[in-house]
Amino acid sequence: MNAPAYNFAYLDEQTKRMIRRAILKAIAIPGYQVPFASREMPMPYGWGTGGVQVTAAILGPEDVLKVIDQGSDDTTNAISIRKFFAKTAGVATTTATNEATVIQTRHRIPETALHENQVLVYQVPIPEPLRFLEPRETETRRMHALAEYGLMHVKLYEDIARFGHIATAYAYPVKVNARYVMDPSPTPKFDNPKMDNCPALQLFGAGREKRIYAIPPYTQVVSLDFEDHPFEPYRFNAPCALCGAENSYLDEIVTDDKGGRMFVCSDTDYCEGRQATGHHGSLSAAPYKEKAHG
Amino acid sequence: MVDQAALESDQPLLTAKSLGKSFGRIAACRDVSFALYPGEVLAIVGESGSGKSTLLQMLSGQLAPSAGHVSYRMRDGVTRDLTTLGEAERRFLFRTDWGFVHQDPAQGLRMAVSAGANVGERLMAVGWNHYGRIRDTASDWLSRVEIDVARIDDAPRTYSGGMRQRLQIARNLVTEPRLVFMDEPTGGLDVSVQARLLDLVRSLVAELHLAVIIVTHDLAVARLLSHRVMVMKGGRVIETGLTDQVLDDPREPYTQLLVSSILPP
Repeated sequence: MNAPAYNFAYLDEQTKRMIRRAILKAIAIPGYQVPFASREMPMPYGWGTGGVQVTAAILGPEDVLKVIDQGSDDTTNAISIRKFFAKTAGVATTTATNEATVIQTRHRIPETALHENQVLVYQVPIPEPLRFLEPRETETRRMHALAEYGLMHVKLYEDIARFGHIATAYAYPVKVNARYVMDPSPTPKFDNPKMDNCPALQLFGAGREKRIYAIPPYTQVVSLDFEDHPFEPYRFNAPCALCGAENSYLDEIVTDDKGGRMFVCSDTDYCEGRQATGHHGSLSAAPYKEKAHG
Repeated sequence: MVDQAALESDQPLLTAKSLGKSFGRIAACRDVSFALYPGEVLAIVGESGSGKSTLLQMLSGQLAPSAGHVSYRMRDGVTRDLTTLGEAERRFLFRTDWGFVHQDPAQGLRMAVSAGANVGERLMAVGWNHYGRIRDTASDWLSRVEIDVARIDDAPRTYSGGMRQRLQIARNLVTEPRLVFMDEPTGGLDVSVQARLLDLVRSLVAELHLAVIIVTHDLAVARLLSHRVMVMKGGRVIETGLTDQVLDDPREPYTQLLVSSILPP
């Protein structure tokens, strides 16, 4: 490769400082959406432009980066972002949750418990939890400012009235540090409890909407609910077909056109880790030699 | 019809003192003063452009007056000037102790969420957190405003005009406000539906001991509902008094014209 044409981690230093200031403010006010001057990134909106900018701003040469997309390390989005930073920052990358210091994620929190030296960066499409209830941005900001969150319960009420239970399965609203109601990005609500009192720093970047918000380590995160309809994480009632895990979040994979399907861990690293230590499920193949990631 | 006990025993709930509002050179409203007592229904009548709606917006704290002030006796008994209320306090007042019934129900309702949630929204906003109780209260209120409880899960956009208006009233009354503002609540409804709505409002007002400020250009509405009437013209109050007195024996030429322009029943 020739001499690097880009600054370390793609963004110029001034931009990174601007983003870091937004991040610091976001950490200081947990759950509050801080506006920032989002840049054009060499990828389309909706592919993680917000997450990428946050990652670029916090990445140091010593960091080890892991990128997941719906829990998986080997989908297009995850691979291209991982390669992007390997190329523009020259940082080490990994697929192992434990070894990573920065984990950029789209729509999942790893099954392996996070620790204090890690930062989890979420890609957020729509940061405003009240968006589809109140169309006016001026009004939603005012509602946040005055902590008027009755409307959030209207949404949950509608769910119960229509479906008999809270049918919101992802982007399930949470209250952070007993103050701001926040959209946890479209993670399944299965992951909501992992946000609560998490030792790792959690940062949320929304590129198109130009917002950054954060959950500092060890912050209380409560999923909204009703007394008589408490929050319940949802999970398919099956073990993983590859590693037999009973407590991980599962993807449903359709295997034929006769109704055949299998459930596998959405967190590929977790699943492979378990298989490597001898766990197997109902559909495990014979020991498989090829390394999954390059 | 005047609730004498309330008039005599209590202090005023809402007081307006020389209220005025001008938009640039246009004075929409000039020197309006009155006091409203608990349980009293005041009708503000006048033709379009007479400053009725501007006055209502000032009284309900949505528009800052250019002159004068409005004070309100809060639930804790302290009378406060509306302009000194913080935004949070004002909004809280608006969704607990006050109600506002718009002429167009689409402004006062959330058309895309179910009737039950529409009624329950205020309860959830003041911290109710029990689905069963919210729903019970909502269905109770729907039946009180004569809406079939079976339609609790339907969105108001599937409702008729009259039902929407009744739903809007239920949504406002669920937190048991003491003061309700109504802006032409019967506008755009046909006569039989109007009659039914007025009947309902009248019984609710009596039952809940509500104070109401109702803006209308329909003198029949004023006669049916209100204890007192204020007649406005060109931004001024030109005549005020007990409803029967003003409508049966109007003194001002303009009021005489208004009264004589209704068809005899």
